[in-house]
Amino acid sequence: MSTGIEVGGLPVSATVPPAPRTDRTGVALARLSRLVLACIVPAVLLTVWQLTTAGRPYSLIPPPADVWAEMRDLAVGGINDDAFSGTLWTHLAASLGRVYGGFALAAAAALPLGLLIGRIPLIRALLDPVLQVLRPVPVTAWLPLAMILFGLGPRSAFFLVFLGAFYPILVNTVFGVRAVEPRLFEAAAMLGCTGPAQFLRVVLPASLPSIFTGLRLGLGFAWVVIVVGEMTGVQTGLGAIIMEARQLSRTEIVICGMAVIGVAGFVSDWLVMLLGRRLLAWSPTHG
Amino acid sequence: MADPTIPILDMRAVSKTYAVGGRRIEALREADLTVSRGEFVCLLGASGCGKSTLLRMAAGFETPSSGEAVMWGQPIAGPGPSRGMVFQDYGLFPWLTVRDNIGFGPKARGRPAAEVRDIAERYSTLVGLQAFADAYPHQLSGGMKQRVAIARVLANEAEVVLMDEPFGALDAMTRERLQDELLDLWSRTGLTVLFVTHAIEEAIFLADRIVMMSPSPGRIEAVYDVGLPRRRDVSSPAFNDLRRMLAAQLHSHHAPKAAA
Repeated sequence: MSTGIEVGGLPVSATVPPAPRTDRTGVALARLSRLVLACIVPAVLLTVWQLTTAGRPYSLIPPPADVWAEMRDLAVGGINDDAFSGTLWTHLAASLGRVYGGFALAAAAALPLGLLIGRIPLIRALLDPVLQVLRPVPVTAWLPLAMILFGLGPRSAFFLVFLGAFYPILVNTVFGVRAVEPRLFEAAAMLGCTGPAQFLRVVLPASLPSIFTGLRLGLGFAWVVIVVGEMTGVQTGLGAIIMEARQLSRTEIVICGMAVIGVAGFVSDWLVMLLGRRLLAWSPTHG
Repeated sequence: MADPTIPILDMRAVSKTYAVGGRRIEALREADLTVSRGEFVCLLGASGCGKSTLLRMAAGFETPSSGEAVMWGQPIAGPGPSRGMVFQDYGLFPWLTVRDNIGFGPKARGRPAAEVRDIAERYSTLVGLQAFADAYPHQLSGGMKQRVAIARVLANEAEVVLMDEPFGALDAMTRERLQDELLDLWSRTGLTVLFVTHAIEEAIFLADRIVMMSPSPGRIEAVYDVGLPRRRDVSSPAFNDLRRMLAAQLHSHHAPKAAA
């Protein structure tokens, strides 16, 4: 499109590029193709599972249809009417409580600690060596000690979740704080924001992208650890139901438990990501 | 506080020595400089002449190794809102909108929320960014970011604006426009400006006085009053005479190094 305009009495011609087509169907198509692509691998796996297990009475792994029936029985009952029927929600609620409780406690401890370690050299010198030596110890290796300290039961599971989520949050918070541009502290100081006030107004917001990475990792670890934590001496929880089903050779229940953990972990991560997107709208690499 | 008989800034024989890897580097040797209220002073020199060090002492980011940095007769103990700094790399808070960046100082100093909002509104309008009040820094051009940086120190009632090569990262057209805007703000508000640059033309265009500095060790070599009437014509003979004279002097600083 060419338009003639006049500048200072002289005609000037300018070429205006056509506006890009706003294409709603294009967006919808892209979304659909993403969904289709995401479904291909699960469909293949399900098919292989079905073909290798269905119609073989002595298969140790139950076919998908059996697992699906068990899932419905676990959720609402009315199919097998055994000790497991309709208990899914109790177990899920117990695990959710431990995961989010331990995660919240880990965040509450790791965030302020990370801010202090990152910003105050004395505290870094005091705590960093200890934390660095403890960090390589796998969370599962804490299990025996946790049982002695907290007894056989849900409190040990809770402690393991806390420990699993604590380190990713701490490490990423410290990293984020140390990566804050020194210029921003100078800018804050010359505007009249000095000392501890900088924690809330500069350090925390500036390291938020890194903190969010830590929270996502921490929550992921919490879901990993919860199963280990619930496998000994705990009556309820997804880990407990998997363990109990294993002892009774109810493999279809084991698979149901795995599936529920997968979905619950996925939804958790998705929620944290949504929250992060809202809080990090300012960041060119997030938002 | 604002006693007109004493200078607003008074640098008394300030020196700065750093220890770098066991070696002592003299960044600035016994610099004397007084700046009166309402003056526009440019520190001009090649890199390593100590101009940024002198500026950062005035800001309170550096303490002199010897000598004294004084404002309104009081020693400068650290950074503070009376001396606002504009950095070459902007130093805006990326998580705050234009409005909140401008309101940062007043808010940090405990002004009520409604007042902070009014101040941010007024100063974003002053620098022509009212339409971008809700934008984040990464959405702005370099020139717009620097306008925000200027607005935020003005909004904080800075008495002295310290500028460290503020237009050095901008393209030529934006730089000229911001120089004009800065002079306009300066003449309307009676600000005091201490401005670091290595561009001779920029110094002549802006300054009442040009402080020529030279490197190794960094020191003040000469001070020139620029008597040209404003708004200065960069193509006038008088402007070019001054430019030629300053250029010859600035280049003489490099000569011994080139020979060595």
